[in-house]
Amino acid sequence: MIYLDHAATAPLDERVFEAMLPFLRPGGIHGNPSSDHAAGREAKAAVERARGQVAALIGAEPAEIVFTSGATEADNLAIKGALEFYRDRGRHIITSRVEHKAVLDTCRYLETQGVRVTYLMPNRDGQVTPEQVLAALTPETQLVSLMWVNNETGVINDIERLAPMLRERSILFHVDAVQAVGRMPVDMRATPVDLLALSGHKLYGPKGIGALFVRKKPRARVAPQLHGSGHEQGMRSGTLPTHQIAGMGEAFRLAGVDFAHEPGRLRELRDRLWAGLSQLPDVYLNGEGAPRAPGILNVSFGGVEGESLRASLPELCVSSGSACSSATREPSFVLRSMGRDDRLAGASLRFSLGHKNSVAEIDRAAELVRIQVLRLRALSPLTGNAA
Amino acid sequence: MSTYLDHNASTPLDPRVLDVMQPFLSGPYANPSSSHRQGRAARDAVETARTQVAAMVGARPGNLIFTSGGTEANNLAVKGIAARGEGRLLYSAIEHPCVQEPMDALRRVGRKVEQVAVDADGRINLSAFGRQLSGSPVRLVSCMVANNETGVLQDIAGLAAASHKAGAVFHADAVQAAGKIAVDFPASGADAMSLSSHKIYGPKGAGALLVNDDLDFEPLLHGGGQERGHRGGTENVAAIAGFGAAAEFAMEEMEARAAHTRRLRDRLEAALFRQFGLRPFGAAAPRLPNTCQFAIAGVHSATLLGLLDRQGFAVSSGSACASGTDQPSPVLLAMGVPAELAWCAIRVSLGKDNTADQVDCFVAALDDILREIGVRPAAVRSA
Repeated sequence: MIYLDHAATAPLDERVFEAMLPFLRPGGIHGNPSSDHAAGREAKAAVERARGQVAALIGAEPAEIVFTSGATEADNLAIKGALEFYRDRGRHIITSRVEHKAVLDTCRYLETQGVRVTYLMPNRDGQVTPEQVLAALTPETQLVSLMWVNNETGVINDIERLAPMLRERSILFHVDAVQAVGRMPVDMRATPVDLLALSGHKLYGPKGIGALFVRKKPRARVAPQLHGSGHEQGMRSGTLPTHQIAGMGEAFRLAGVDFAHEPGRLRELRDRLWAGLSQLPDVYLNGEGAPRAPGILNVSFGGVEGESLRASLPELCVSSGSACSSATREPSFVLRSMGRDDRLAGASLRFSLGHKNSVAEIDRAAELVRIQVLRLRALSPLTGNAA
Repeated sequence: MSTYLDHNASTPLDPRVLDVMQPFLSGPYANPSSSHRQGRAARDAVETARTQVAAMVGARPGNLIFTSGGTEANNLAVKGIAARGEGRLLYSAIEHPCVQEPMDALRRVGRKVEQVAVDADGRINLSAFGRQLSGSPVRLVSCMVANNETGVLQDIAGLAAASHKAGAVFHADAVQAAGKIAVDFPASGADAMSLSSHKIYGPKGAGALLVNDDLDFEPLLHGGGQERGHRGGTENVAAIAGFGAAAEFAMEEMEARAAHTRRLRDRLEAALFRQFGLRPFGAAAPRLPNTCQFAIAGVHSATLLGLLDRQGFAVSSGSACASGTDQPSPVLLAMGVPAELAWCAIRVSLGKDNTADQVDCFVAALDDILREIGVRPAAVRSA
C-alpha cells in the first residue's frame, strides 16, 4: 500500500506519539490543566509549552492561539464567533465556492440566520483573486473567509496580497490554513490575517485537536461558541485534552525543524509524479497555471470512468477529492467550478504526498496509474483504440 | 509521593484503555481516511465505541453523538434544543458552568432564562418545580444527575416527568454520574443526556450527547456531515475508542468501584466528624459514592489547598473549572451556605485506585495543618 492521501489525514509521527505518552501512561501527568495543584500545574505547563510551539510555526504570540477540537471547530468559531461578536456591524460574508465544508456549511447555516453570503467562483486555475474579493465588497461586508491552500488541488490563494487590502478597509479576514501550514511560509507577523484555522492531524499530529489564531494587535474578537468555565481566555471552554495538545505542539515544532528541506523534497516528488503521469495522452493537471503547495497533485484522466479507475488501483491510497465529501461520490465540485466537465471531474485523482513517501513509491504509483489508465481506455467503447 | 484525590476534575487514564487507543495512535490503523482499508478499521472502532458508551446508560447506539467532551455535549444540548423551539429555558442553580454559561448567552440574546432553586441539601423540590413550570411555555429544562462538587443526586425521573407534563424537553448532565452509579437513559425519561470520557478513566477530548429519536435540535459544529449531520469534524478515533473501552470497564466494575470508593468516603467522613466535628455538604441527600465536600470555617480554601498541595495531596475547592475565579462556590451558595463558609470549601473525590491508607494520611495531614495554623478543630463545623 502506498499512502498518498496526506491531505485527508497524515499518519501520526512516532515522535509525536512519544511526546503524547507522558500524558497517557500509568504514573504520568493526568491532572486537569485547570486544577490548582501539582498534577494540574504539570498538565497546564505542557499545554502552555505546546501553545508556544504552535505559535512559533506561524509567527504568532502564544496568547493568540486558542485550542479547539479541530479545524472544523476553529472555522466555526472564527466565522460564527466573529459574526456574533460584531453583531451590530454588517451582515455580509464573502467566501468562495471551493472552501472546505467546515466553512461552507457554517456559511449556509448563517444564511438561515439572515446573514448574506457571497460565494465567489474560482478562475480556471482554481484561484480566487484579491481583485474578485475587492469587487464583491459591500458596505455591509464584515468578514472574508478564504482558504490559503485548496485541499483538492493544492492551489494557493494570494493571501499575502489580499490581507493588507482587507486590513486597509477594516474588513475581518479569516483564513483556513489547514493545508498551508508547515508546507509553505505562513507568517502572522508579515501577513495581517485576523483569524487563522489550524489542524493537528494534517501535520502528523493527533486528531481531535486544532487551533484558531486570534490576532491581538489589532485585536480581533470572536464570541465563544462553546461556553463554560472560561478556558482559552473565554473564547473556548472545555477541559483541555493535554495529550492531544502536547502532540499538536510537538507536530508543529517538528514541522518547523523540517521546514528547511521537506517542502522542497515534496515539490520534487510531486513534479516527478506529474512527469510520470503526463507521459499519458489526454491527462490534465488541475490548477496548472496557478502556484500550488508542494505535496498535492490533482490530475484528470480523459477516456476513463472515475469509479473504475479508483477500483483498479487497490495498491494506492489516493482520494477523488476531499475525504469529507468522498461519501457523496459526486464529481468534485472544486474541479467542476474550475471548468472541468462532469466526466473529467469524475475521473480525477488527488495525490497528496507526505514525509514517508520515497522516490521509489512515487515512480511505482505513476507506473500503476499509467498501466491502469491505458488498460481502461483499451476496454472502453468510447476510446477503444485511442491508446 | 503524591496522593490524587481529585477524580471529579479528571481521572488518570486506565492502562487497559491506553492499550485500546494505541493502535490508532502508533499502530497499523494510524492513518484512517475516507474510503480505504484503514478507514474501515477506524470506522469500526468508532461504532464499537458507540455501542459501548450507549450500553453504559442502557441506550441504543443510534442515539449517541460523539463530541469533544462534556462541555461540548452540554452546549450542544442547551443551544441546540433552545434554537428549535420557543419558550422559557430552565436550569438548576447548581449546574456546571458549561450549562450556566450557554444559558446566560441565550439570555443576552433575548431568551427568557430562569434558575430552578435547590434546598439546603442541594436537591430540587419537585412541587416547587411543578409550580415554576406552570405559566408560560417552557422549551427546555436542564439539570445534572449528580453535582460535581457535593455529589448530590437529583430525582431525574421525577424532574423529567414533570417537565414533559409541561411540554418541555428535559436534558440531563450525567457527566459525573454515568459510570459511577447506574444511569439508564431510556428509564430516566430524559430527552438528551451528556457524558464525558475523562471522568471515568478514559482520555480527555471525548464526550457524547444522547438524544431521543424525535428530538429536534440544531448542530453546534457545522461542516463535513459527520455524526449523521449532528456534529461536523474528523472523528477523534483514538479518544473515541478509548472512551468506549473506559465505558465498558466502568460498567463491568461499577459495583466494585462504587463499593470501594464508598468505603473510603465513609472512612474519611467518619474521621472528619470524629476529629474535627465536620459534616459534609448534602449529607442528608443521596450522593455519589466517591464525593465528599466540606468546609473548615475560617480557613480559606485557597490557603488550605496550597498547604495540602505542598504535602502532596491533590484536592480541590469545588469545580476544577472554577479554579482561580474570585467567587465562592455558587453550588454552596444556592444551598444556602453562607458565603464566608463557602469560601472554605474542600472537595475530596475518590477514585478506584485510592487506598484506605491514603485517606488516613490525608486526615493526618489535615490535622497537622490545622494545628500548625492554629485552628481549633473542635470549633469547626460545616453544613
